[in-house]
Amino acid sequence: MTFINYAAREINCKIVYYGPGLCGKTTNLQYIYDRTNPAAKGKLISLATETDRTLFFDFLPLDLGTVRGFKTRFHLYTVPGQVFYDASRKLILKGVDGVVFVADSQEARMDANIESLQNLDKNLVEHGFDLQTIPYVLQLNKRDLPTALPVDTLYRALNFKGEPTFEATAPLGVGVFDTLKAVAKQVLMELRKK
Amino acid sequence: MSDFILFDEEFRQIKDVIARLKADAQAKVVFIVDKNGQQIAAQGDMETLDTTSLASLTAGNVAATDGLARLIGEREFPVLFHEGERDNVYISVVGQRVILVVIFDERSSLGLVRLRVRKANAELERIFEVIQQKVESEKSRRLSGFDSPFAEITDEDIDNLFKD
Repeated sequence: MTFINYAAREINCKIVYYGPGLCGKTTNLQYIYDRTNPAAKGKLISLATETDRTLFFDFLPLDLGTVRGFKTRFHLYTVPGQVFYDASRKLILKGVDGVVFVADSQEARMDANIESLQNLDKNLVEHGFDLQTIPYVLQLNKRDLPTALPVDTLYRALNFKGEPTFEATAPLGVGVFDTLKAVAKQVLMELRKK
Repeated sequence: MSDFILFDEEFRQIKDVIARLKADAQAKVVFIVDKNGQQIAAQGDMETLDTTSLASLTAGNVAATDGLARLIGEREFPVLFHEGERDNVYISVVGQRVILVVIFDERSSLGLVRLRVRKANAELERIFEVIQQKVESEKSRRLSGFDSPFAEITDEDIDNLFKD
């Protein structure tokens, strides 16, 4: 749910990074945070456990600049990936404008990817959204690992509507901004229809 | 789900209500956040506060508490209060849609804040109802050909955002 403030001439959009545990959602945000000009970003907030696993969410506010005289602000959130945190995950999807699904390319995590994607679909429906129509991007992360499956195999298993798909190695930043840009673009294009 | 659109007139009214609340409740800061974590308006000494983070954490807090409420069979907990050594935070939900946050210290009291918030809450609820109606009628105007300022966003506009 985009928040358009005509008084302050601002557009605020919410993007959620979704995916199985340890797939690299927080690493995506961390890289964006590290590489963004300090004037354009707020604090990166991580509500994490003592072992740095996301407990509730990570949050990064980002100012992208001006479109048609309106300042565009993107609020990036991650969800906790571990299966048993489903109640928290559901809360974070509230009012989402665009979703990035971060998949773990390793063969051993394939079932976790599929389970998480199904969980995303179900949780979106509960908020009245449809995965088929919401701005959505797929990121195939951990491409640098020797255990990574071929892109073709992952694409066939996880891409379901021809959504933009990016190969990534999040700690090195490979594919991170391409992913963000692709989802932001879809979100802003949605505004055109409204 | 419909977008949330804030127009000048209601923005001014909201700011008036929270400015009055800040004075009446002798609070340090008063601000309004929507349930998705976007800040709508604020009054008070914001210099030392990271209001964007405050907004997002407040919404997360309310969302988590709502979840708790439903687990025990309540619809929501409309009021949350956090007591600190110096500063306290009083959070209340307005019309199930937005969140009113009051930060105060020993110059005020929980009783006073609670009393003043109740009054402001009713006024805010009316304003947000009007906003809702406006958003609905705006939407039908658009369907009948009203031009939104975003109707002509181009690929180039968007690419420009990512230039550096």
